[in-house]
Amino acid sequence: MTSGILVSSESEDAAHELLTKGRTLSKAFGMNISALMIGTRDEKSAKPYFDYGAQKVLSIPSIDLDTLDAEIYAQALFDVAKDGPDILLINSTRLGKETAGRVAQKLQAGCITDAINLTARGSDLIIDRYALGGNTVSSEIILTKKKVISVTPRSFEPQPSQVDGKVETMDFNPPTRRVTVIERRRKIGESVSIESAERLICVGQGIAKKEDLALINKFCEALQAELGCTRALSADYHWISEDRMVGISGKRCKPKLNVSIGISGQIQHTVGIMGSKLIVAINKDKEAPIFRIADYGIVGDLYQVIPKVTEKIRSLRT
Amino acid sequence: MKQVIDLQQIRIKKDTHEPVLEGLPVLFGDFDKNALEEAVRIKEKHGGKVTVLSVGSSKLRETVLEALAIGADEAYVVIDIACEGSDTIASATTLAAAVRKIASYDLILVGEGSTDNYSSQIGSRLAELLGIPQVTYVRELTVDGETVTAVRDIENTLEVVKAGIPMLISVTSEINKPRRAALAQILRASRKPLTVWALKDLGIDPNTVGRAASNIQVVSNLAPEQERKKVIYDGDLDEATGKLVDALRKEGALP
Repeated sequence: MTSGILVSSESEDAAHELLTKGRTLSKAFGMNISALMIGTRDEKSAKPYFDYGAQKVLSIPSIDLDTLDAEIYAQALFDVAKDGPDILLINSTRLGKETAGRVAQKLQAGCITDAINLTARGSDLIIDRYALGGNTVSSEIILTKKKVISVTPRSFEPQPSQVDGKVETMDFNPPTRRVTVIERRRKIGESVSIESAERLICVGQGIAKKEDLALINKFCEALQAELGCTRALSADYHWISEDRMVGISGKRCKPKLNVSIGISGQIQHTVGIMGSKLIVAINKDKEAPIFRIADYGIVGDLYQVIPKVTEKIRSLRT
Repeated sequence: MKQVIDLQQIRIKKDTHEPVLEGLPVLFGDFDKNALEEAVRIKEKHGGKVTVLSVGSSKLRETVLEALAIGADEAYVVIDIACEGSDTIASATTLAAAVRKIASYDLILVGEGSTDNYSSQIGSRLAELLGIPQVTYVRELTVDGETVTAVRDIENTLEVVKAGIPMLISVTSEINKPRRAALAQILRASRKPLTVWALKDLGIDPNTVGRAASNIQVVSNLAPEQERKKVIYDGDLDEATGKLVDALRKEGALP
């Protein structure tokens, strides 16, 4: 195989997403597209990759997904890419992202992490990512022949397109792990997926104390919304579990409706709500930057506004 | 540590959507400060020496004083006009050359990403260049002799890992609360050893770094267009909340 696109991720869902976008690019550039399948699995497990357009599935059964780390993952990708595909599309989980840099260094390749969009323009692949702390979107081209790109999860809508592809098993002797895993534990409060919420209410430091979240929870119920928050409320105050943190180092959400309460609108947070269809801001400071990215807003004390809005939404349904 | 511009002060030109970056103050990134704080804490507990390494502009001479005041013992800074616009390959190569020149180290601590670009590539590339393992997204760190135990924050999971020195560690902001330097420490900081290197001191050809040698071409870098309605109600709250709920109902946004 010469020039081509390789899709790699630890989860099947993410692979579908990357394959969907990868297909468009492979057509535009006249390249083939393949997917990497890690771990001991039978031939049938390759089917989901073919269902989303992979012409070939490279299987590496010698790696145990459970012991996969950046060093091993980077070595595997390097072995595949050195005489193989030029464009690597990796799912930008924390493992994917740290591996991207490592494999790019092995390949002497340019690398862009956390891409939010990929576009073919002529023979160029334009890669969009947030820059300057989320203030801007930078559109960039990687000039090296080998290109390593990690893509922010949920950037693309997966669309199936069935292909009759082949599975190719690769011999790979994983390097010995130098970092030993002693224990893995789920974080407390997990199981919510605020990224897929239809309605999302985000709170910030306008909330004076933890007990006041009761007011917000009632609003969430009335609006049938999930709760999200800024970094301060979860990482600093520990009022809300981290899986609900929205922003550059938290979740990126694309709800139909986002209601932002007591949030000034620092870019580190708003980058996580930019994809919302509608943004509503409630803040007592008329000059708060959040109003500049809002569709609707109320200037007022949240402690007065929220009960009124909650009540009015409830009364609509009775 | 990476010198970044103060992101809170960026203004966007209304007509062109371009960011205005000229004349903005520079500081060390937030996550880098967590890395420094952790290094100083390890030193306070186990002894040893904390060295700060940074590549940047001439303003770095001032910025690095803050790190020395907080508790680093010495600093090496690479200041070379040729480094401007370096991509991650060039920056990591420069840092690796400097680390090799410093010669002895047990742990390299970096922030999980820079506050400006957050690409998180430097740590991975540096570890690869030095041939050492990397332990990323660390929120708890314990050093015991030559073994390090770390709690990593990986999406929905916390992973406890063990590895031997030397290694590279990237930290998240949960790991500690960086201290501020007292005035007396700031005054003393200028007496701590500060070595300034140019690229030639590291044996790096200036033509292999900087904007001209970058493997990344920036096509555009603009503030995203936000075509929001910006209907803001300011005044009587009964009226404002009524209007808001009515608008949301018409938008079909309510359950």
